[in-house]
Amino acid sequence: MIAPDPPGIRRRAFPVNRLARFGWAALAVYVVYAASLLDLTWTRFVVGLDNGARFFDRMFPPDFSANKMALLYVGVRESLEIAIIATFFGILLSLPLGLFAARNLMPVWVTWPARAMIALCRSFHPVIVAILFVKAVGFGALAGILALIVASMGFIAKLFAEAIEEISLKQVEAVRSTGASFMNVIVMGVLPQVLARFTGFGAYQLDSNLRNSTMVGIVGGGGIGATLFTAFQRFDYDFVLTILIAIISLIMIGEVLSGWLRKTFQ
Amino acid sequence: MNEAAVAATLATGSGRDARSLVIRNLVKEYRRGVPVLRGISLHIPGHGITAIIGPSGTGKSTLIRCINRLVEPTSGSIVFRGHDLARLRGRALREARRRIGMVFQEYNLVERLTVIENLLCGRLGYISPFRAWLRRFPDRDIAGAFSLLESVGLSDFATRRADSLSGGQRQRVGIARAMMQEPDILLADEPTSSLDPKTSVEIMELMARIAGERNIPVIVNIHNVELAKRFAGRMIGMANGEVVYDGPPEGLTDDHLKKIYGGEGWLE
Repeated sequence: MIAPDPPGIRRRAFPVNRLARFGWAALAVYVVYAASLLDLTWTRFVVGLDNGARFFDRMFPPDFSANKMALLYVGVRESLEIAIIATFFGILLSLPLGLFAARNLMPVWVTWPARAMIALCRSFHPVIVAILFVKAVGFGALAGILALIVASMGFIAKLFAEAIEEISLKQVEAVRSTGASFMNVIVMGVLPQVLARFTGFGAYQLDSNLRNSTMVGIVGGGGIGATLFTAFQRFDYDFVLTILIAIISLIMIGEVLSGWLRKTFQ
Repeated sequence: MNEAAVAATLATGSGRDARSLVIRNLVKEYRRGVPVLRGISLHIPGHGITAIIGPSGTGKSTLIRCINRLVEPTSGSIVFRGHDLARLRGRALREARRRIGMVFQEYNLVERLTVIENLLCGRLGYISPFRAWLRRFPDRDIAGAFSLLESVGLSDFATRRADSLSGGQRQRVGIARAMMQEPDILLADEPTSSLDPKTSVEIMELMARIAGERNIPVIVNIHNVELAKRFAGRMIGMANGEVVYDGPPEGLTDDHLKKIYGGEGWLE
C-alpha cells in the first residue's frame, strides 16, 4: 500500500532548481524592460495593424498583366540560374575542403587551415556576404552567385567533414592494406560510405540556395529579389503579391525535387 | 635465425622458400616504454599455415599488422621477398602491400559496395583513381573476380551489396578480396572470431584450400586452440608480447597452454 503523503516527499522527488527559476524570472523582466525601451506600446501596435490592413488591401488582386509576367519570368529564371550554378560550384569546392577538414584522414596541419576556411565562410549571413560581393564585383547575378557559393561552402563542407569523420575506418584499413594509393582509398573506401549522405546534403543545399537566391537580389545580387525590391519601392503592391506567389511555388517545387533526390540516392 | 639463413632468404629469388618471412627483434610500443611486442624473432616458412595463439591483448594482432604496416613497428626488421617491410615508405610500401593479402575479424568489407566491387578492391594497387571511380578495371581482373567468387561459392552474389550478406558469406568475400591481390602471403587476423563454430571450420577449410592451391604461406591469429591445431602445421604461442611456444601442434601440451594463457582452472 502507498503511505499517505508524508511531509516533504514531493520536494524530495522533484527538488527545486533555484538557479533556473531565477533565470526565467530575469528573462521575463528583461523582455518587459527591452520592450519599454523600444517604445512597443499597444497603441503603436494597433496603428501598425491598421497600416498593414491597407497594405494588404492594395495587394489584391495580384497583378498578372503580360509585361509584369515577362519581368517575373526574367527574375525567376535568373534566380534559378544563380541557385543551380552556386550549388554546383559550392559542392564542387566543398568536396576537397570537407575532405581536408576531416580529422580522421588528414594530418592536423591540413585540417586546421581547412577548418579555419570553413569557419570564415560560415561567419557571415549570406546577405552580408552578398553586400560584400556587390561592392567587390558590381551589381548583378555574379555577386549573388559568389555569395551563395561562399554560403554553400560554409555549410556543406562542414557537413561533408563530419560525415567523413563518422565513417568506419575498418573498411578504409582493408582497402589501404591492398596497396591502394591514397586517392584510391578515397574513391573505393571512403566515398561509398559517404555518398548517400553527401547527396542528401547537396539536395538540401540546392533547396536552401533556391530560397537564398530570391534574397540576394534585394542587396543587388540579381534574380527575383531585385524585381521584388523594385516593386516595393514603386509601391506596386499587387505585383509584389505576384512575385511572392512565384517564390512560394519555386520553394515548394524545390522542396519536392530535393526530397526526391534524397530518396533516389539513399 | 642466424645471419647466414637470412642472407640465404634474401638471395633466393625462387624456390619453395622464396615466400618465407623473417622477423627479427620486432618491438612495438604504442606508448613509450610500454612495449606490446618485446623483441619478437620468427622465421615463418614459405608454405603452410602458421597459427598464432595467445590471450587477448598480448600483441598477436599487432604482430600481424606490423607485417603489412597497418601498425608501425618501433624497431626490428621484417624481411620478405628481399625487402625489409619495416623500413619501406610511400610507393615502395604500397607495392609491397599489393602482394600481402589480409583477412579481418570483422571482414572489413566496404559495406555499401557490391560483392564484386569489394573483390576488385584487391586490384586497387594497379589502377588509377580515375579508372577506379569509373569502375574501369581491366577485363582480366573482372574475369578473375568472377572465377574467385565461384571458388568461394558466391557466384550468385556478384552484384549484391556487401551489407546484405551473412557473416560467413562476408568472410568468404574477405578471403576472395585478399586472393584478388594474387598475394605472396596471406595474413588473417582472428578470421573466425565473429563466426559460429560450423562456419568457422568452413572458413578455415576455405583458407587452407585456397592458400594450398596457390602454395602461399598463411599466418593466422586465432583464439580457438582446437581449430588452430586442426589446420596449422605450426603453432606459435604468445604471452606478454613474447613467443613462449614455437613448434608443431602435436608438441603443444597443457603445460604450454598454462604458460600461454596463465592459470589452469579453465583447462579442466
